[in-house]
Parts: sequence; C-alpha cells; structure tokens
Amino acid sequence: MTAMTIIQIYVFVLAAFVGYMVISRVPPLLHTPLMSATNAISGISLVGSLVAAGSADHHVSNILGCVAVACAMVNVVGGFVITDRMLRMFQRKPKTPAADGTQ
Amino acid sequence: MNARDLVIQAAYLAASVFFILGLKSLSHPDRARQGMNQAAIGMLLAILGTLLVQDIVTYQWIAIGLVVGTVIGIPLGTKVPMTAMPQQIAISHGFGAAAATLVGVNEFVVRGFGAGLDHGTMTALGVETLLGALTVTGSLMAFGKLQEILPGRPITWPAQNVSSLALLAATFGILGWLIVAPGNPMAYWAMIGLSLLLGVLLVLPIGGADMPVVVSLLNSYAGLAAAATGFAIGNNVLIIAGALNGASGFLLSILMSKAMNRSFANVIFGAFGGEPVAAAATSTAGLTVRSVSAEDAAVQLAFASRVIVVPGYGLAVAQAQHVVQELAELIEKKGGEVKYAIHPVAGRMPGHMNVLLAEANVPYEKLLDMDEINPQFEQCDVALVVGANDVVNPAARTDPSSPIYGMPILNVDKARSAIVLKRSMNTGFAGIENALFYSPRTAMLFGDAKASLSRLVAEIKAL
Repeated sequence: MTAMTIIQIYVFVLAAFVGYMVISRVPPLLHTPLMSATNAISGISLVGSLVAAGSADHHVSNILGCVAVACAMVNVVGGFVITDRMLRMFQRKPKTPAADGTQ
Repeated sequence: MNARDLVIQAAYLAASVFFILGLKSLSHPDRARQGMNQAAIGMLLAILGTLLVQDIVTYQWIAIGLVVGTVIGIPLGTKVPMTAMPQQIAISHGFGAAAATLVGVNEFVVRGFGAGLDHGTMTALGVETLLGALTVTGSLMAFGKLQEILPGRPITWPAQNVSSLALLAATFGILGWLIVAPGNPMAYWAMIGLSLLLGVLLVLPIGGADMPVVVSLLNSYAGLAAAATGFAIGNNVLIIAGALNGASGFLLSILMSKAMNRSFANVIFGAFGGEPVAAAATSTAGLTVRSVSAEDAAVQLAFASRVIVVPGYGLAVAQAQHVVQELAELIEKKGGEVKYAIHPVAGRMPGHMNVLLAEANVPYEKLLDMDEINPQFEQCDVALVVGANDVVNPAARTDPSSPIYGMPILNVDKARSAIVLKRSMNTGFAGIENALFYSPRTAMLFGDAKASLSRLVAEIKAL
C-alpha cells in the first residue's frame, strides 16, 4: 500500500466523519432538500468524467467521457436547481401569491 | 508541484469546503438556500479546476457533454412537481452513478484492459464499477416503482433471498478475483453484468412504501461509488464529496428504518410492504365508530383554540395540501392556533410532507416533528387526522402483540378530541386495526380527503 493510498484513506474516513456530524444536525424538516442536495453533490463524478472526455489517448475515452459528462451534468444541474426550488418554499411568513415564483 | 497543479488543488480544496458549508447550512431553513448556493459555487470551482488539468487536450467532447447534460437537467429540475420528488431523486442518482460507472470502465479500458493496473487501483476501480452499476439499475427500478410504471407491490420469487445472496457473493467473488489478477477483461464485464442484475433483484422485492429507505441507500451507494472513483484516479475532491454523500445516505436510511419500526435488514430482505399481516383483527368486535357530519366537525374546529393537523400519505395522494392550508387560515381567523404534526415517514420520502406543505405556503415554524409535537397533544382541543393511519395507532405504544408495537407514533389519542378524515374503515398499509378510530373522543368524517376538507372550509366560511 502506497503512502498516497494511506493519505486517501485518511481523507475518506475524516470526510465521512465530518459528513456524519454535519448531517446528524439537519432537522427532519429539511431531510428531502438534504437528499436532493447530497444528490447534486454526488454529481462530482463530473470531475472524473471531464478528464476522460478531454483526454487524447483514445477515442473510446472521449465517447465514454462525453456520455459520463452528460449524465453527471444532469445530476448536478437538476439536483441544484430542484434543491433551490424546495428551499425557496421554506418561509417563516406566508408568501403573497404574486411573490411566489414556483406556482 | 507546478503553478497549474497548485491552482487545481486550491480549487478542489475550496470546493470541498464549500460542500461542507453547504450541507452545514441545511441545519436551519433560513440559511439553507444561501448555503446551497455556496455548494453550487463549489461545484463550479471543481469543474473549472478540472478543465485546467494537463491531460485535457480536447474540449469538444466536454462541451457536447456539458450542453446535453444541462439541456436535460434544467427541465428536470424546474418542471418536476414536488409530489414526484422521490422518483426525481431516484432517477438523478441513476445518472450520477452512470457517470461514475463509465469513468471506471474508461479507466479500465485505457489501462490496457486492466493489465496496467496495480492491485490497489483495481480494488478502487472494481468497487466503483460494482456500486455504480448496481446503483444505476437499482435507481431505475426505484424510479419505475415510484412513478408506478412498475407495480409498487413487492415482487418475490421462490428462494429469493438465497438467490440474491448467491448473486451478491458471486459478484464480490469476481471482484476479489479481479483484484488478485487485474488484467482480465472478461471477468470485469461479467462483474458489471452481475452488478446490473443485482440492482434489479435487490429492489424488485421491496414494496413501494419502503422505497424511501431504498432511495436513501442508493444515495449512499452513489456517494461511495464517487469516492471509489477518487481513490482510482487519485482525486481528493471526489473522495471528500463521495464520503459526505455516503455518510448522509446511510444516516437517512437508518433514521427511516427506525421511524418505520423495522430493522435495516428487514427492509432490504423482508419483502413486507403490502402483504397484509393476519393479526389483531380481534380487538374491535363490539366497538362502535362515531361518524360526524361536516357541519358538526366545522363547528368543532372553528371554536377550538388549539388545533393540530396530522397529515399522512393520504393527504399527499389527494393533493389536498392547499385546502388544508386554507382551512388552517380560516381557523386562525376565528382565533384558533394551528400546528402540523409531521411523522418522519409521512409522505413518500424523509421530510417529504414538509416540502409539500411548504409548497402550499405553510410557514415552516408550524411544521413540528414528532418529538416536538407529542407533548403538546394533551393541550390540544382538536387533532385533525388527514389520511394517516398506522402512524397514529396507539397499539404501537400499548399492545406488545401488535406488529407495529414499538414504532414511534404521534400521540393523537391523547388529544382532547380527534377528527379523522378517512375514505372508509379499511385498515392501513400494515393491515392493522386502529383503536384510535373506536375511541369515544374520536369522530370519523368519511369521504375523500380533499372533498371533506373543502366541505369543512365551506362550512366554516358559512358560520
């Protein structure tokens, strides 16, 4: 096992802990937006997809990468847009119908 | 490390921090929106940073992918109705997992079909592909069930758990073999095929009502697949974002299972949803149900000073959240106070009922979760139960022989009086009689939830 792998394992375990701590503080009120937010963040696979799509090694990489970029982008764009749409609805005071852009 | 790498790493680090800040902001609804904008900026930084990577020499495929993804993603995000949120999230997991799987396949192909991979990288790649492929088909199945393209009831077959476990063992066996001897494309393709099949077989036997747990679990798998990608290509932002996701999905699955009084294993292997439980049909003989007219119920509500609305799945199905809010406003105009009691599994996914009510302009301070609202039922004049059944069944507290014994419930039976809106005396999802309906304090208002609520609104207006 290389030193690099060991560091990666540290990063993974510590990030999982941070995730657990942060997420256990999210109230049940916001559990659906939480799921859609983490869903949007899981579109981070985009990073790997971009490298594949832009590499010069293989045509296979370009095509697989291109499809992967599209899929990840659906995940990212759809996820963030819908999370914002939900969070916009959580208001302290009732809204006037005119100010409500979601209807 | 040259200047370019330094910039890329700085972008990734900033992205990771923004993701954590974004999730942290979800601990309060006032800050949540702003925080999620930060997370979106984090994603943008991660993308921009990646575009600087030296290995990227051609941009045309990237541009095509980005445009296609955005064109599909925007309508998906803006048009989907709030009631369809669970299936939207399920399908979105499918897309993310597909990306992770394809990155894995590409890495395998480019490295001489595995021949150029060391054992460590093959482990990461294998885990990534396995979890990714399983999540793709699992998410599609969950989507199909939630969208009612597929039957929502659990689909079972003889020796189902044995065959699924055998398949699981075979898939992991191949993964182990690949780790020992990476240069074996046939084994790799076979593992992908089995993982895809596994995703289908794991979700088929799970009933529609248990789908929230599955969707959370798939969220976790999609995250772990992304983290494994990070290990495979040596990218820390993938590892961090993936770990955050993995932890989130796992935590939510456990919370959901607890709220349904089921062990995690029971949800996955139990095939419980929809099958009637042949118990507890005994206790109701000789008991009578008191039915009430809309006029009387309206009077009772209009002159109550404390009302707690208990919305259940039936309310979401009837799309009655706007009428409920109208009713609440009328009661408040008459001087009463209205709160909402939200059970963790009300709606079709964790927190779904809150979203539906927020959409109907209910201020979020009125949405109280179970632990907060339960002590308040004793001071409540009228509890109005709309389309909820098992989550208000006192047997969960009092009857150790009941299948739902131990499940956390809303204590509607402790309210001074209760009005239950229900279509008929049919039992709920778990097929269990509910003593609350036979209590002398309870009045039943039969009929479609939305129609009954509209009648109540009309009656209160006429008072």
